[in-house]
This record gives sequence, structure tokens and C-alpha cells, in this order.
Amino acid sequence: MTQPASHALSQLDALEAEAIHIIREVVAQMERPALLFSGGKDSICLLHLAIKAFAPAPVPMPVVHIDTGQNFPEVIEYRDRVVEQYGLKLVVGSVQEAIDAGKVREAPDGSRNRIQTPVLLETIEDNRFDACMGGARRDEEKARAKERVFSFRDEFGQWDPRNQRPELWNLYNGKVHPGESIRVFPLSNWTELDIWDYIRSREIEVPSIYYAHEREVFVRDGMWMAANEFAVPPEGVPTEVRMVRYRTVGDATLTAAVESQADTIDKIIEETAATRLTERGATRGDDRVSEAAMEDRKKEGYF
Amino acid sequence: MDLLRFATAGSVDDGKSTLIGRLLYDSKSIFEDQLESIELASKNRGAETTDLALLTDGLRAEREQGITIDVAYRYFATPKRKFIIADTPGHQQYTRNMVTGASTADLAIILVDARKGLTEQSRRHATISSLLRVPHVVLAVNKMDLVDWSEERFDEIYREFTEFASKLDIPDLTAIPVSALLGDNIVDRSANMDWYGGTSLLYHLENVHIGSDRNLQDVRFPIQFVVRPQTAEHPDYRGFAGQVASGILKVGDEVMALPSGLSTRVAAIDGPNGPVDAAYPPMSVTVRLEDEIDLSRGDILCRKGNHPEPTQDVEATVCWMDASALKVRDKVSILHTSRMARAMVKDIAYELNVNTLHRDQEATELGLNSIGRVSLRVTSPLLVDDYAENRITGSFILIDEATNRTVGAGVIRN
Ligand SMILES: Nc1nc2c(ncn2[C@@H]2O[C@H](COP(=O)(O)OP(=O)(O)O)[C@@H](O)[C@H]2O)c(=O)[nH]1
Repeated sequence: MTQPASHALSQLDALEAEAIHIIREVVAQMERPALLFSGGKDSICLLHLAIKAFAPAPVPMPVVHIDTGQNFPEVIEYRDRVVEQYGLKLVVGSVQEAIDAGKVREAPDGSRNRIQTPVLLETIEDNRFDACMGGARRDEEKARAKERVFSFRDEFGQWDPRNQRPELWNLYNGKVHPGESIRVFPLSNWTELDIWDYIRSREIEVPSIYYAHEREVFVRDGMWMAANEFAVPPEGVPTEVRMVRYRTVGDATLTAAVESQADTIDKIIEETAATRLTERGATRGDDRVSEAAMEDRKKEGYF
Repeated sequence: MDLLRFATAGSVDDGKSTLIGRLLYDSKSIFEDQLESIELASKNRGAETTDLALLTDGLRAEREQGITIDVAYRYFATPKRKFIIADTPGHQQYTRNMVTGASTADLAIILVDARKGLTEQSRRHATISSLLRVPHVVLAVNKMDLVDWSEERFDEIYREFTEFASKLDIPDLTAIPVSALLGDNIVDRSANMDWYGGTSLLYHLENVHIGSDRNLQDVRFPIQFVVRPQTAEHPDYRGFAGQVASGILKVGDEVMALPSGLSTRVAAIDGPNGPVDAAYPPMSVTVRLEDEIDLSRGDILCRKGNHPEPTQDVEATVCWMDASALKVRDKVSILHTSRMARAMVKDIAYELNVNTLHRDQEATELGLNSIGRVSLRVTSPLLVDDYAENRITGSFILIDEATNRTVGAGVIRN
């Protein structure tokens, strides 16, 4: 950490300090917290902040992955390696198992996006988690811009945007009745660029698919989709090999790549600073459904 | 690059959303897909020009009603600074939202329509900024294009504002005439108002000096929890995790723990990226001490000659945020730094009329969105400072014991 004589923190150091304070409040106030980890860049930063928050003690909560069964293999490999390296306890909520047990059903187009929510809620219930931390940021989406850092959920996991707890100073109210829970977003005030700046300055490893690489892709709804077992190009749609990278890492059936030559972190930051599209608008089929897509999913209990 | 947090408020239609949209647009913080979606929405509503205000309406109910309901946070950056905007609506729940936005703000923008002049809302916002000690206030007189860029009109509003503000405590006030719609004095100096000698709004936001706003004098380190790994690698490590509220804590310093009153020295300070020699606000660190003294969550490290007062009797100005009113003898939970306790309302001395600053001493309760002077008796001593000296150790929230909702916010003494 840089310590100029003025005793001022850079904005990145200030965001780091704020996030660590929030993560520590979760552990201090809540009985059974968990950290949601998808292997995406935001949850990777969150995990690293949690490691810093408790060092040299281990992270005192399990890491939860809601596994759609439609993952990029690079991401699962990364997840397992990190869990091993930091001695974390991993809890997997399997969408495939829920489908096999007949609890949920895939959308007609094969999308498992919406059925992640019941699996997440069941995982929270089964493990009696009273707090789940996630890496969501307020700059991602309009509905998120209005969500609190400590976001209250009722016993059905629902978010009520009109009935949120006021949040003042650095005081967070984690009080819940049994069955209710809090979703916590320590990275609320970070932007996509802050995430990359942080990854660079703290030398954090991220899955290889974030860097530009050659991949067989095809066009769907104006976005580049990787052709693989989860996303098969429809009849007559040609595939081609392009230099691409991912800006977000979600379900492999839904998450699109962007054309890019950025194969180093410096180039990614340069590209991010110059980009003219939001990361969700550019690469997430799930948010394109309607103007209120995110708000609706959050009310149901989605992150 | 440093960080500036600011709050905006104004009455409906003063142009707040347009102003924020303009700042985001001109600083290139609006993405093409966001612009496309608001262009589409503007067309759907039959508007001819793109309504930048739509950028800030996040929730469906807001879009449907065409109003902003809740505080929204926005982000933009220039090469000089990163900015976090707490955009607080002027409608329902206004006091509660303004107080929320102001609690973390370095600066507040009070927006006024040049044609209308000061409104109840402007006075309310000025009062709240003062109560919550927002260090810098900007009076942005908007829609100057509609008053012929008149210097007299601007001066008149400025005079009216300073007259009202003289009864408040606003340490740094800057008035800027703008047109949010046309961009005058937003990013660049306006060519239409050569009588104005000051800087543009964005220039002011980028350059206002916030370094000396922090309290670097009084060491206050509230403990969040104790780090005790008890692992083979670190069998004896015992550190105290927290965020520095104020002051500069250095390795080797003598410190006193409260409420125990025991003294020891700082043996080491572990920062997120390794050991550091000193910690200052708002750093989150883990402090190791030379002696094993009794210290846990809710306690505070400070200095022998400079410490907060432990007290069970708290005098505070409270903003009440819940539909059911606060009454004398009510019991609530109180969260102050990292200490949770219970409190009983002993007395409500007066309710403050935020528009006239009149103190209504007949008041017996505080309703939703009202502000008043309250005496609390707390079950165990809190380690408090005057809010004027310390925004962290001088503030608290109140929580309803049955519903767990956050129902009030308080600033101590003041
Ligand atoms: N002429 C003029 N109109 C403005 C200006 N700023 C905002 N407006 C208009 O005033 C109306 C209300 O603005 P809006 O930003 O929605 O107000 P809000 O309710 O404070 O967010 C809109 O029709 C704007 O186009 C300005 O500087 N000049």
C-alpha cells in the first residue's frame, strides 16, 4: 500500500478498505455467512478481499458455487485450484441435480439462467445461511444501482426494492429473523475498471478466458457465442475462428465473448477504459430480455 | 487518483436527473447500450429529444410513474478523480433519502431552478447537509437559460440562500450558475455568462480540496473482531481487526483500550497488503498489541489523553425514518460503531422544522421523516464523540426490536 505523507488513500485503496470493513461486519454480525463464488472476476476479487480481511486466519465461511452444469471448463478448473490453494470449504448447489430430481425444469431454449434462483435459495435454506456475500456491483445495471450493501431478503429470498433498510455512514444492519437472510455486496461501489485495476495492482490470477484467445464462435443476436456442447450454432449459421475474450463469465449457453486483441492485463484495462458498451449489455443474453429483466429476477431471489 | 462522494438533491423538475445525465454523458461514462435504451424509452413516450433523466430511473415503478423513489448510486471518473454520486430523490421519503445520501458525502449539490428560487426542498437539503456536516456545499442555480442568463437573478438567489445558511453551519459554500440542459458551466465555462468569474461545476468537483476534511488528530479505532488463527503456523497470533475512524495510529504508539482503560503499545499493524508503519482513516487493518489486554468487538483503541466519553446517556439529533412514530419510553436497538446495545427514549426535547429552523418544544413524538432532539438511556456505555469532531464515533442508527428495520439515524450532541 502506498502511504504518501498526506495520509490520503488512493481510490483503489479506499475501495479495498471499504470492502474489507463490510466483509468483516458480515462475519462479526451474522451466524452462518457464506461467500458466493462463480469463478468470475468480481467474485475472485471478493474472495481475495475476504482472504485479506481475516489473514493470517483462514476465511471463516464456506464458498458456495451455484453450478449450472454449463460452465466453461477453464472456470471450474480455476475454482477447484483456488479452493485447494486457500484451504476453503466448497459447497456446490447443482442445477443438474435439481433438474434430475424434477425440482426445476430448463427453459425451452435450454437456458438454465432462471432456474439458478431456486437452486440458490434451496442451497441457502439447506445450509441455513443467514448471509450470502456476492460480487455484484452497482454500476452493472440500473436496478442494482438502488440496492443496499446489506440487502435484506425475506424467508422466500425475495428483494423488495420499495422496502429497503436505509443505510447510513458505515453502519450496516444485519439483524434477521430465522429464515430471513441478507445478501451482502462489498463491491457495490466498484466499477468494472476498478476490478481490473485491482486485479492488476494486487497481481490476482483470473481464468484464462478473460484474456484474448482464439476460439470457434458464431453470431447469435449480434453477439459472439462460443461453439461448444452448450451452444450449438443453428443450421446454416457458420462458425469461424476469432480472437475473443470474455468480459463476464456466466452460463456458457448465455455468455457471449467480445472480439479483442487484449491478451495482457494492461491491454484489458486500456480496452475497458475505452469501451462504449456496458459489460452486461455486450455479453449477457439474460439481461436483454426486457428493461426490467434484472429487477424481476432479483425480486425472485436472484443475485 | 482519489475518491469524492457527493450527494445531489433538488425539488421535482429542478433538473437534477438532467444534471447527472449531463455529467455522466460529458465525462463519457454513459455506454452506447444505455444510451440506446433511453433513446428508445424517450421515443416510446413521445419525447423529441433523448431524456438523459431516464438514465437514473432504475426501478420499474420509477419508470412507470416517471419519478425517482430511492437513493441511486452512480459512478463516473475523470483523469483526476473517481466520483460516487448518491442521487437522492425529492419526492416521498425525501428526508430519509437525503440523510442517507449526506451521511457519507464529502460534498452536496443543492440544485435550484433559477425561475423558482429557493424552495422548501432547498432549505431542507441545506439544513440536512449542515446537520450531517457535509464539508462542502455547492448551490447550483439551474435553468439560467430561462432567465436570460441574468446575473441579478443569480445574485438574488445566492443572497437568499446565504441568509438562510447563516443560521446553519456550512463551512464551504460555492454557488455556480448552470444550464444542465445546454451544458453551460457544467464541464466548460459558459460563454453566455461572462459576468461569472468562478469555475465550472466539474472543475470544482475535480479540484475541491477534501484531504483536510478527515480527522487525523484523534485516534479512534473501533474493534470489529479479534483475529485468532490458532493454526500450527500462527499459534499465538492475536490481532484486532477494524477500520480507522480517525487519527493516525503508528507502530510503537502508546494506546489505551476503552472501556477497560488499560494501556499498552502497538506492536504491529497488518494492512491488507502486508505490514504498515501507520494506519489512518479509512484504512482497514489488523492491530497487534504488546500486551495481552482484554479487548473485543465494540471496544475502541484511543489515547490516554484523548479519548471518547463512555456514557449511557446520549443526547442526539435523530432523523426518524419509520411509519410508526418514535415516542418517549420507546425501546430500540442502537448500533454505534461496532457496538450494539439497547436504548430507551427518555425525552424528546423538540422537533426541528427543517424549513424554518423553528424548534417545536411541544412535540411529543417524531413521525416519519421528522428530525428532533432526543435523549436516550443506553443499557451499556457507548464510547461517543461529538459528531462535529467525528462523523464515525459521533453517529448511530436505531433498529426496531420487533421488525429489525433501520428506523432512525442519529448524530450525537451537535
Ligand atoms: N431550459 C432548461 N430546461 C431544463 C434544464 N435542466 C433541466 N431542464 C428541464 O426540466 C425538466 C425537469 O428536469 P429533470 O432533470 O427531469 O428534473 P428532476 O425532477 O429534478 O430530475 C425537463 O424537462 C428538463 O429537460 C435547464 O438547464 N434549462
